[in-house]
Amino acid sequence: MPTSQPAPSTGPAAVSGNGQSPRQQVSVLDRPGTQHPSSPQRVIDCDIHNEVSSKEDLMPYLADYWRDYINNSAFTGPSADDYPRGAPTSARPGSVPPGGRAAGSSLQFVQEQALAPFDTEIGVLNCAYRVQSVKQEDLAVDLATAANRWQIDEWLTPEPRLRGSLVVPSQVPARAAEEIQRFGEHPQFVQVILPVRSYIPYGSRFYDPLYAAAVERDLVVGIHFGGAPGHPPTPVGWPSTYLEEHAGMAQVFQSQVISIIAEGVFDRFPDLRMALIEGGFIWMPSLMWRLDKEWKGLRSNTPWVRRPPSDYIREHIRLTVQPVGAPPDPRYILQTIEQMESDSMLMFATDYPHWHYDDQDEAWPVALPEPLNGNIWSENARAFYRL
Amino acid sequence: MTHVVIAKVWEIPPGERKIVVPFRGRAGIGVFNVNGDFFALRNICPHKRGPLCTGELTGRIEAAAPPSGHAAEMTVDGDGEVLRCPWHQWPFEIATGRCLVDPKVRVKTYPVRVVGNDIVVDYDE
Repeated sequence: MPTSQPAPSTGPAAVSGNGQSPRQQVSVLDRPGTQHPSSPQRVIDCDIHNEVSSKEDLMPYLADYWRDYINNSAFTGPSADDYPRGAPTSARPGSVPPGGRAAGSSLQFVQEQALAPFDTEIGVLNCAYRVQSVKQEDLAVDLATAANRWQIDEWLTPEPRLRGSLVVPSQVPARAAEEIQRFGEHPQFVQVILPVRSYIPYGSRFYDPLYAAAVERDLVVGIHFGGAPGHPPTPVGWPSTYLEEHAGMAQVFQSQVISIIAEGVFDRFPDLRMALIEGGFIWMPSLMWRLDKEWKGLRSNTPWVRRPPSDYIREHIRLTVQPVGAPPDPRYILQTIEQMESDSMLMFATDYPHWHYDDQDEAWPVALPEPLNGNIWSENARAFYRL
Repeated sequence: MTHVVIAKVWEIPPGERKIVVPFRGRAGIGVFNVNGDFFALRNICPHKRGPLCTGELTGRIEAAAPPSGHAAEMTVDGDGEVLRCPWHQWPFEIATGRCLVDPKVRVKTYPVRVVGNDIVVDYDE
């Protein structure tokens, strides 16, 4: 147990992933931190990107061997580029720092453009440096360590409102576990970040060392849009356009959830918490219904899955709200949340610097009743990340 | 209390069943011999009213642990004691009528007695 971390929330929430659903007859008001629904809106932003702009950012953190290797090769960094840099959805207007650096690579811009507009209390950084795509495993490991030291120096230490997500070489879970042990006690790291596109589905026992370390260090495992494992981003082959990949990523998230439930990840790690980030959420109720239905008839396939899949999902999984679907009637969003049968599953996120809305009043397109409103803007994240 | 003679004991050997129609309705009941003990279930699945008693026999399939660095050690406990509805494959424990995937669901059971060589099912009018 890390001793330098803020005290985890206590009460029923601390037992196992803060999972409460109306079905379990546990009021969210019983949870620490939810006693002030009428005070000014508190905001916890669960998806702010801190981008490594180029390999030069990490060079000071790499061993001389790798500096030599990188300088003498064409290596420019992990090949995964989740977002076309020129696409207007990748960088909201004004978010590209001077000097040709990547949107999301400037702490000052994050402070001015992500934290200030909402008076954000806490922002969770999701560093999309995809070391998982580096085939030289030792380089992948050292790039991850470098990226994490860079996060501490350039982001977490200068800005105490920020929390970080550890970059880990998940293609080598034992080394990923070492990385988690190395930095897991840093009080500002709250999460281990994995790209949703994986080489092996995240339910596989292959990842057990990584999950065990995350649980030991009390870190959430965040699964985030993107990655380049070598598989197409759709189950039917390579798409032609970014539109297809961008909108279709929801099905990759669903594939991971199905794998994680069916392979019994939450039975192996009852204290594991997972966040699905930048994958949307509108699809979740229908997935829960279908999984519950098929589990009843095919229970003998996965006898270690002892409860209906939706129970595990409500208990262990949270989703960030962006990119929110844009139904023709915004009330459909409320209906979707009702269909989740939980007001604890969604967490606010801007997805800065990506483009989802041009006015902060638009950030959440429908008026929410309390306590759902306060839960989404801050309290679900506070309980889940134990902030 | 009404008593209905269903069959002679040798008509339903262990592992076998007899569907009796009509029995308080057209769907009838299924009378099962599970390892020498007789049980009777309504032949209507409480899920979607499928012909439950015509389904496959199985057991309580369990795993000692989820798959990990070691095998999951999957077992079949009490093979022949569980009935799977042919429509949606929901499993029901024959002795109790309990649905193994939803504790709120239970199929109606009837007491069965053996009187001499007769299998007798009792039900209230």
